[in-house]
Amino acid sequence: MSAATTKADAPRSFQEIILRLQTYWASQGCAIMQPYDMEVGAGTFHPATTLRSLGSKPWAAAYVQPSRRPTDGRYGENPNRLQHYYQYQVLIKPSPPDLQALYLGSLEAIGIDLALHDVRFVEDDWESPTLGAWGLGWEVWCDGMEVSQFTYFQQVGGHDCHPVSGELTYGLERLAMYVLGIDHVMDMPFNDPDAPIPLSYGDVFRQTEEEYSRFNFDVAETAVLFRHFEDAEAECQRILNEPHDDPKTGKRIVLAHPAYDQCIKASHIFNLLDARGVISVTERQAYIGRVRALAKLCADAFVATEAGGFRPADSAA
Amino acid sequence: MPDLLLELFSEEIPARMQTRAADDLKRLVTDGLVEAGLTYAGAGAFSTPRRLVLALEGLSAESPTMREERRGPRIDAPEKALEGFLRSTGLSKDQLEAREEKKGSFWFATIETQGRPAAEIVAEVVTRTVRTFPWPKSMRWGAGSLRWVRPLHSILCVLSDENGASTVAFDIDGIEAGNTTEGHRFMAPGRFAVNSYDDYAAKLAKAYVILSPEERAEKIWHDATTMAFAAGMEVVEDRALLAEVAGLVEWPVVLMGDIGEEFLGLPPEVLQTSMREHQKFFSVKNPSTGRIEKFVTVANRETADHGATILAGNQKVLAARLSDAKFFWENDLRIAKSGMTDWMDALENVTFERRLGSQADRIQRIASLAREIAPVVGADPEDAATAAKLAKADLSSEMVYEFPELQGVMGRYYAEAAGHAPDIAAVAEEHYQPLGPSDDVPSSPLSVAVALADKIDTLTGFWAIDEKPTGSKDPFALRRAALGIIRIVLTENRRLSLDRFIDSQLLRHKIALERPVVGDDVIDTLEEILDEIAERGVFGAAFRAVTDRLKADGNGPDLEEGSPLRTVGEMVPDLSTDLLAFFHDRLKVHLRAEGLRHDVIDASLSKPPADDLTLVVARARALQEVIATEDGENLVQAYRRAANILTQAEEKDGVEYRFGADPKFAETDEETALFAALDQAKAAIAPALAAEDFTAAMGHMAGLRAPIDAFFEAVQVNTDNEIVRRNRLNLLHQIVETCGQVADLDKLEG
Repeated sequence: MSAATTKADAPRSFQEIILRLQTYWASQGCAIMQPYDMEVGAGTFHPATTLRSLGSKPWAAAYVQPSRRPTDGRYGENPNRLQHYYQYQVLIKPSPPDLQALYLGSLEAIGIDLALHDVRFVEDDWESPTLGAWGLGWEVWCDGMEVSQFTYFQQVGGHDCHPVSGELTYGLERLAMYVLGIDHVMDMPFNDPDAPIPLSYGDVFRQTEEEYSRFNFDVAETAVLFRHFEDAEAECQRILNEPHDDPKTGKRIVLAHPAYDQCIKASHIFNLLDARGVISVTERQAYIGRVRALAKLCADAFVATEAGGFRPADSAA
Repeated sequence: MPDLLLELFSEEIPARMQTRAADDLKRLVTDGLVEAGLTYAGAGAFSTPRRLVLALEGLSAESPTMREERRGPRIDAPEKALEGFLRSTGLSKDQLEAREEKKGSFWFATIETQGRPAAEIVAEVVTRTVRTFPWPKSMRWGAGSLRWVRPLHSILCVLSDENGASTVAFDIDGIEAGNTTEGHRFMAPGRFAVNSYDDYAAKLAKAYVILSPEERAEKIWHDATTMAFAAGMEVVEDRALLAEVAGLVEWPVVLMGDIGEEFLGLPPEVLQTSMREHQKFFSVKNPSTGRIEKFVTVANRETADHGATILAGNQKVLAARLSDAKFFWENDLRIAKSGMTDWMDALENVTFERRLGSQADRIQRIASLAREIAPVVGADPEDAATAAKLAKADLSSEMVYEFPELQGVMGRYYAEAAGHAPDIAAVAEEHYQPLGPSDDVPSSPLSVAVALADKIDTLTGFWAIDEKPTGSKDPFALRRAALGIIRIVLTENRRLSLDRFIDSQLLRHKIALERPVVGDDVIDTLEEILDEIAERGVFGAAFRAVTDRLKADGNGPDLEEGSPLRTVGEMVPDLSTDLLAFFHDRLKVHLRAEGLRHDVIDASLSKPPADDLTLVVARARALQEVIATEDGENLVQAYRRAANILTQAEEKDGVEYRFGADPKFAETDEETALFAALDQAKAAIAPALAAEDFTAAMGHMAGLRAPIDAFFEAVQVNTDNEIVRRNRLNLLHQIVETCGQVADLDKLEG
């Protein structure tokens, strides 16, 4: 089967596709951010999306986010499934009127010739029960393959989004495999195939996929995880109970981000417990509800910060 | 008479919402225009993924001017009254006219509502329609507050007549109405102006947009079938998919591709479901092999390579999808062949409903009930229990996890792979039937036994935990379950007493619910009662039999008020009665469709046994048939005449006249004749009833009208002779009783 691109400017490696997306979105005025330094299930969890989609301040950011889905581990054997993978995430608030065109431009930037391919916007409403968030949009299909998720955020952490953010999420491995014409993710060139030391995706990640698959499914100590979940939950609530005015500096310092870190932690621990198969169907809902409750508290805290649109005058009133 | 063209151009509208949205647009705009006094000759609405369009022909150019005259207060009325009148008319005093009338001088106002140009009204109506559009789900975007299904980009609104076209001027949240639109997103980008519907449709066609969804669907179906035919194949019809796909494209281009050889061994349902659900592909069947071997996909554009790249991409995605499916299928088959025990064990950890336990608990209950039902529907009890235990094993399979809609279908494949007989395996698929009001009901005795057991278990379970449907809320589809039972019973005129099985299963649920909170002795007693129901037919009798027996043995159970046993003993019959009434309600709804009158069904239901649905319906049908004839008229009249006098006398005397009518107290020939006729009728009615020939039975009842009429003609029932009077009333009772054997005729209306 041929690669999706045949033109001379076709990208040659996984990393080149990432670099082109970075360049493209930088040229569209996005702040190119770095991955969040915590384990998350999706790029949406990065505070640059979750928290920054709240409040009235304009925002435009793009970044790669390593994401973990313990249940998707396949010991590196499945051609498409990984427990650790990369998402590319773009968030622009307010959503610009030409966001669809901007998005299509990004496909061209990574070498997809729109004159040869069939790109479609197919209804797919997005909902994150753990974040108390939802939006309307599409999954974007290129020749029948889902290459991105396109969402207009309506609510995050229980708060209505005003203005509305436009969110784009690219599943990088899948998109890159398609663009490069690769059938098994582990065979995909990570750096340039003509580099002195050419590395495939498998060279970089096969071993870790094996290790984490074993760990996630069979080794992670569930008693410890249950305890860590409780700790993260309690810590999140405790942090948010701190007064807004810092007694030491006398400044108003709302602890939205430190609390949100604990929410992210609880969410990831829940995913691990889920992969270990120790959470029953009924308990599952309860755990999701507990993480959502944290996410809502964090959202409440964020909108009480300056980045969340809070103005000091508001408190005086 | 101008024509109106309106286009609302947005980002992609979900396919499933387009048709309804086009209809709503037409309805809301035309209603609004008519309300404002405009008329129009014709209207058409269209949708594509990016636009909703309304075209109106022959719209009036303006609304008519209306003149209304109103009489106000007297000339000499206080100032306040005049002020009020001026306020309500919106006029000033010098615009009023004073007029002499017989009763005095009054102020008169002439209120003129000026006709308005169509453009002004259109602008108002369209603005209101857009702002209040009934999307099933809508959203905001950017910094605005307008809601639409997806961001709304432009509004085209043009009025045109023989003198030319004009844009209707208005603005909705910064979107200014104009006279331009866009063509196909990729094949004809760029805006262009239009001046009429014809101009619009023609320019769109050149810009690679087929406006009409029907036309797109036709083109897709035509091209797909032609292409398949050329390859000696046929497209598997799927109207829902066709409509959906037509809503995903503005310029449909049909492409046909191969399913990899390695996937052709998958069950056709798996291929079809995977292709339809994930890829929105049509399945293409090879009639000579009977297999699905190709697919049809519909692209939204033409390309220089005639779709080669697009088709290759789609093929690749399909291969990845089917590799997953094949992986699931092969794994599942391995477990199936080893007897499916892993799956059954796994179902112990899957909750069906918090209070009703795991899926494994549920399956166990269904198997117990299926064993009881089996002999009644002509199935082997052990086979029924085995089939019931296997029927839901596939819920643990990977394939059903991936494609929930394949539950049952996969179960059948897997049960066969496990080496079970085809009729037992078929139960996995058939026991879910009927899935909807038009779905087939199962016909094999085994499937019927398990289907009934499954549905009765669900209904009794939710009744036992008090989760009945209310109003429009029926989250567990209990109405559908009840209707399913009704249809299974009626389709083959099956005879069974629902009560017995409802009682059994209610008790099973109660035992499971009570087990954690009551002593073993109570559970033992309840289980004894459960066994006894099979003997006695209903819970009440079984309950008494068991408790009496225990008492006789000297270890009488605790039946004090509030004791667990007493509570269950009172609850089961109440719930059972309530659930049977729910069946009766569903039955009425179901039979209304075939034209059976509500009151006729009620009349039939009032006669026991009301839990034998086939009998209930046979009586109702016979009754409806008979009351439309002269016989029926006679029957009802005879019955009513007798019943009225009897009821009056009973109310007056405060006694019930029941027994002891004796011909020897008859005073007149007519009275003697009525006794004789009644005996004769009874002799004829009994065998007809025994043969369940209700029409014949009612015919014999109707034959009593003449002697009854003659009796009333000749005889005064209420005579001074108490003995004779009582005898006559007792006779009337016999008539009422005899004529009411098929149905309670009091329930008939009119």
